[in-house]
Amino acid sequence: MNASTCPECDAALDLGNVVQGEIVVCPDCSTDLEVVSLEPVSVALAPMEQEDWGE
Amino acid sequence: MKIGVLLSRVRLEEKWLFAALDKRGLTYDRIDDREAIFDIAQPGGWAEYDVVLERSVSFARGLYATQMLNAWGIPTVNMAHVAATCGDKLATTAALARAGVPQPRVKVAFTPEAALAAIEELGYPVVLKPVIGSWGRLLSKINDRDAAEAILEHKETLGSYQHSIFYIQEYIAKPGRDIRAFVIGDQTVCAIYRNSPHWITNTARGGKGETCSITHELNAICLAAANAVGSGVLAIDVLEDPQRGYLINEVNHTMEFHTTVPVTDVDIPGMIVDYAIIAGCQRKASRAENGQGLDAITTPIATRVAGYQVGVA
Repeated sequence: MNASTCPECDAALDLGNVVQGEIVVCPDCSTDLEVVSLEPVSVALAPMEQEDWGE
Repeated sequence: MKIGVLLSRVRLEEKWLFAALDKRGLTYDRIDDREAIFDIAQPGGWAEYDVVLERSVSFARGLYATQMLNAWGIPTVNMAHVAATCGDKLATTAALARAGVPQPRVKVAFTPEAALAAIEELGYPVVLKPVIGSWGRLLSKINDRDAAEAILEHKETLGSYQHSIFYIQEYIAKPGRDIRAFVIGDQTVCAIYRNSPHWITNTARGGKGETCSITHELNAICLAAANAVGSGVLAIDVLEDPQRGYLINEVNHTMEFHTTVPVTDVDIPGMIVDYAIIAGCQRKASRAENGQGLDAITTPIATRVAGYQVGVA
C-alpha cells in the first residue's frame, strides 16, 4: 500500500510527524484513517465507532 | 516504576499523556487493546507493571481489562469498580442516589408499556438514554406521546437487549450550556462550560468550551459525585437547574480533555500521570512489604495530587 495515499479515494496524504495508532482524516474524502506503521508510514481505514466507545 | 498504557488509538489526549510520562522520565509501554491477551491463570508480562493507565476508547475492553488486572493486584487508573459504575448510567445513578448526591429524576423500566407509563409520570419532555454509551450518541428528547411510542418501539425492535433497559431522565431546562468538571483524586482541578444552542452539549457534538470558575458549591458536589462512584480520575457533567441548582448528570471514567486543556491551561495530563505514579508507588510499597505475590485489590486507591494549588472561587 502506498503510504502517502488514502486507501478510500487515493488522495495524497501529508503524513509528517505522526505516531502509530494515530487517526488522521483524509483531506479529500474525510475518511478516518489509522496510522498502522511508521517504517514505512502506512495507513488503513480506521475502525468504525462502536456502540460502547467514548469516555 | 513501570507503567502500562492500555489504549485503542492515539488521540491528542494520549500524545499529551506520553509527553507527561516522558517528561517525568518514566518507563512505560503502549498496549494496544486489540492485541492484548489475558491468561487468567497467570498474569505473565502484565505482572511487570506497577500501574496500568486505562485509555481504551471501548468501555467493554477497558472494563474487562481492568477487572483482570485488579484481580491480579495491579492497580489501574481508573479501577475496575469505578469503570463499572461510571460506564453504566444506571449504575452511576444508583451510586449517586445512595450517596445522596443531587441529580435529575430518573425512572427505569424494562418494557415499552412500563416505560411509556414512566415517561408520562415524569411529564414531557423527557430524555431517553442508553445505559451504555457516550459522546452524545443515541440520546432522545421526547416531547410528546407520539414520539415516545415511536422511539420505544424502535429501541425494542432494533436495539440490542440493553436498549430494552429504558433509562428515562427528566429534562432539565439548562441555560444553553452544561459544565464539565475534572476531578483527580480529591481535587476538582478545573471546569469548563460547554455552550451549545442544541440541548446535547457534548463537545463531540459541537459544544464549545469556556472556562468555568470552581465555586465552593461546584467543588462540593463534584467531590461528592466522585466519591460516590469510587473516586479516581473523573470528568463530571453538571447541569444547572433554575430551581434546584447543580445536578450531576453523568460521570466519565476515561476522560477526554483536548478541549479543556487549551481553554483552562490546566495540565490535566500531568496530573493524571502524577495520580498514576502515586497508585504505582503504593503498589510497589505493598509488594515490598508483603512479598512479590499479587494480591487482589480490595480497597480503593487513596491518593492526593500533591503540589497543585487549585484556586476555589
